[in-house]
Amino acid sequence: MRPFDYQRPETLSGAHVAARDGATFIAGGTNLIDLMKLEVMAPDTLVDISRLGLDQINTHEEGLHVGATVTNSDLAADMRVRQAYPVLARALLAGASGQLRNKATTGGNLLQRTRCPYFYDTDTPCNKRSPGSGCAALGGEMRNHAVLGTSDHCVALHPSDMAVALRALDAKVEVEDSDGTRRAIALDEFYRLPGDRPDQETTLNAGDLITGAILPAPFGGRQTYRKVRDRASYAFALVSVAAMVRMDNGRISNVALAFGGVGTRPWRDRDVENLLIGEAPSQKLFDTAGDILMKDAVLYDGLEFKDTLVRRLLTATLTELTQ
Amino acid sequence: MTFDLKIDEPHPDHRADGLAQGVLGHESDRPDGWLKVAGAATYAAEEQADDMLHGFLVRAPKIGAVTCPNLDAVRAMDGVRSVLRDPRMIRNAAQGTANEAPVQGVDRAAYVGQPVALVVAATFEQARHAAQALVVSVEEDDVPVLPDTVTPEEPEDQNTRIGDLDRAMSEAAFKVDAIYTTPSMVSAAMEPHAATAHWDGETLTLRGSLQMLKFNRNELADSVGLDPKHVRVLAPYVGGGFGSKLGISADCVAAALAAMELGQPVRVVQHRRHVFEVNTRRSETRQHIRLAADAEGRLTGLGHEALVSNLPEEEFAEPVIQGSHFAYAASNRHLGMKVARIHRPAAGSVRAPGESVGVTAFEVAMDELALSAEVDPVELRLRNIPETDPESGKPFSSHRLEAALRQGADAFGWSRRHAAPRQQREGEWWIGTGMAAAFRVNMVIEAEARITLTHDGATIRSDMTDIGTGSYAIFGQIAAELLGLPLSQIDVQLGDTRFPPGSGSGGSFGAASTGTAVWLAGMEIRQQIADRLGCAEAELTLKDGVATVANQRTTLHDLLSDETIEGHGHVKPGDAFEKVRQATFGAHFAEVAVSDVTGEVRVRRMLGSFAAGRILNPRTARSQCHGGMTWGIGMALTEELTHDRRDGHAVNRDLAGYHLPVNADVPPLDVHFVEELDDWAGPMQAKGIGELGICGAGASILNAIYNACGARVRDMPATPDRVLAAMPL
Repeated sequence: MRPFDYQRPETLSGAHVAARDGATFIAGGTNLIDLMKLEVMAPDTLVDISRLGLDQINTHEEGLHVGATVTNSDLAADMRVRQAYPVLARALLAGASGQLRNKATTGGNLLQRTRCPYFYDTDTPCNKRSPGSGCAALGGEMRNHAVLGTSDHCVALHPSDMAVALRALDAKVEVEDSDGTRRAIALDEFYRLPGDRPDQETTLNAGDLITGAILPAPFGGRQTYRKVRDRASYAFALVSVAAMVRMDNGRISNVALAFGGVGTRPWRDRDVENLLIGEAPSQKLFDTAGDILMKDAVLYDGLEFKDTLVRRLLTATLTELTQ
Repeated sequence: MTFDLKIDEPHPDHRADGLAQGVLGHESDRPDGWLKVAGAATYAAEEQADDMLHGFLVRAPKIGAVTCPNLDAVRAMDGVRSVLRDPRMIRNAAQGTANEAPVQGVDRAAYVGQPVALVVAATFEQARHAAQALVVSVEEDDVPVLPDTVTPEEPEDQNTRIGDLDRAMSEAAFKVDAIYTTPSMVSAAMEPHAATAHWDGETLTLRGSLQMLKFNRNELADSVGLDPKHVRVLAPYVGGGFGSKLGISADCVAAALAAMELGQPVRVVQHRRHVFEVNTRRSETRQHIRLAADAEGRLTGLGHEALVSNLPEEEFAEPVIQGSHFAYAASNRHLGMKVARIHRPAAGSVRAPGESVGVTAFEVAMDELALSAEVDPVELRLRNIPETDPESGKPFSSHRLEAALRQGADAFGWSRRHAAPRQQREGEWWIGTGMAAAFRVNMVIEAEARITLTHDGATIRSDMTDIGTGSYAIFGQIAAELLGLPLSQIDVQLGDTRFPPGSGSGGSFGAASTGTAVWLAGMEIRQQIADRLGCAEAELTLKDGVATVANQRTTLHDLLSDETIEGHGHVKPGDAFEKVRQATFGAHFAEVAVSDVTGEVRVRRMLGSFAAGRILNPRTARSQCHGGMTWGIGMALTEELTHDRRDGHAVNRDLAGYHLPVNADVPPLDVHFVEELDDWAGPMQAKGIGELGICGAGASILNAIYNACGARVRDMPATPDRVLAAMPL
């Protein structure tokens, strides 16, 4: 860990002032501190945003506003979330461990870094950690890597469960820039594909501070989050799905699906949803949905299983929610 | 005086049953328990000193010749006191009982992750940062890292051929011929390896996290170039070892060298990521198992050939076939070992070396035979229990496998099982049960212990360790039972090489070895009390601090006044090991649910039935079995240390990436002890229990997966993708 300055402002404007010369914001620190210990990340200044009053969940004109420092545990336990956004509550509880969820925050989870083991190993090349150095995962041991959205430069998987549910929910990320101007970024626009700059993971600008997440009006219908992993808890998804389905007269009237464990970002494919809307559920329909979802998948050695697994999970989940 | 015992003969006199205090063989708290829970037990990294310096190990990023071009710059960094590149630093931890330095040197890295420097600074953070700043340049060697790319060594003394297995296979009514694989695994003890070293100009004092101090002292002395009499090693509390702390580790030697150079105490704590590299892993194995059986399922032939790996110059080879030598009768046998010399991190003992992976694979093969022969899996084992050791013909000292199988099957409800797979389903989950037998060799190691008795009570001293197993508890119980004292009047002091040399902890031998030394020390004191009272030792009843002979009662207080009586026990393995085959036996039963959608496996319940001689403390013994069975879950389902195929480095070297079972993976575990007193095991008739619980446990789960859904997984662990791939669709 490199020596660093630490500041804990009491106001939002104070946070921007503290960060004006370039700083990294820290909330729960459940990922950042690990990365700093390994010197994968080595910020000169940490600005602690835990005292800025961003820890509230409030009703919002669109639905619900979740403050950036609301912990995963508190968000999962909120009665409004459990009743109106069960896909989110389930995704949160599928993530990490009880201890980590007590510390990890909404904003921090959105910015969680990949768990690619080569990213964490500063003795190996990694384009995400050290742009232009190469990718050690390619040709190495791949299991927790992406099959969708990859490039020749990076196959790192986005590890979040929460963000998968937020993407299915069409949530927005509320951001305040260093001038104090707020804007909302749709989740669809928030994460970049790695391309040739896998170090650039989001569309945030320097100095932007995430102040919260905005949940739209409840989707209703039936919702679930299902995660397949190597052990029953405290493991990242091999494959996961956040699913919401509304039925009308035996046909799918609306559906939102997002996937974890497969993409370089929380994965959503509108073509899959457009196929399903208006159709009566059937195995054939779900098979076609799987074909569309995986049509551009790149299955490196060691990742072939994800193709099978995500299709089976998609079918089982849609079957359950449309019955 | 010393009471010496070389175990040459059986001990049919069950003295422990006739003693009066009534604590041995009963549940008892661990006296160290509350200290550990309260944080009052001082572990190796927790020793405090005002002038303590902190060292951080630097790893080689590649295999080959190592140089550090920016040494001077790092030496000038804030707080840095020294950067050691000492040729006495060790390549990897010593093997168990090595008693001498392991391979040393920092100029050439034999594996990725080898310690090649120690950075010492005023604070831990400064040392870690400077260690990260040290550039390690490697002129790469082109060496093999994959076990199947080299011509393996085939040690002839590891090759047993009896009869004609090929012919038995060709004539068999039923047979199995399959390859099973297990990956590298690691102990992943909760407490990382750590050491604090003090040097006073003459004597080196090292507080470490170690299992076998009498060996560790010599290994450390040899490594740094000191006479062992100038080295003292302490390890009163150890947060799990499982074999990874049998031999002196890199942190200990580096801390010692730094303390000797700087004249200040130095602490070196292995980073969690070091723990996965610089100690010893369990070798991956590739096991070719052949079984030939007659029409009734009786084995006519048995083959078990294993390929394992290790670094050059490491003598240890995972003894995969150890249990297969005596597990089952079969007149045609071929057992053999091959060792691939490759440049992955060193391999060494990990809980139940040999049987943990060997019995597990073999018991999956036995399940396959049971299915093809249409014999119930429990019945198949019963039909193949040998009368005598199947290779040497020696009698077994005691053999309670049949009882373990039958009692375990009854307790589990085995008879309610569907023999065919894919018979029971709850929603998307297939439900099934499986079983496996458990085998583990029993060992005794030379050990000494001393008991000092005053009118206040007794103090036991030995350099034996308690690595979380319950040594403190059971030694107290043994002494209390023999001396007729309440446990509150017994003080157990362990983990200091100034005390008599015990066995150390490993190979399940601690309780029976050092425990027997404590027993002998207690017996010597009983003899001295009997002499004072003018009676034979056997006539003496000692209970609650009172000696009773015939009708005459004498309190300890009156007997001793201000005197001290000492007893010194010394046990050695003897001819018993030549005369009989001694082992522990058991049976595992598991019920699992397997998702038809995802291949995920949930263990719903497990029951283990174990025979390990006299159970000295059912609570600590049961806890050992719980641990072993939990390891079985890990072996069957989750644990795999992945090596990069290009340079062999350990890829998933932390507790997020290396998947130990978590609480949610572990169902209620039921442990049943089979009554057994093994007279050949010494005066307590007790054998080792620490490792039996892991041997074969994973096989019961893998066999249950097959029974549930028809997926036969031969490559461990059975992760969802492997289960799905093996599942009939």
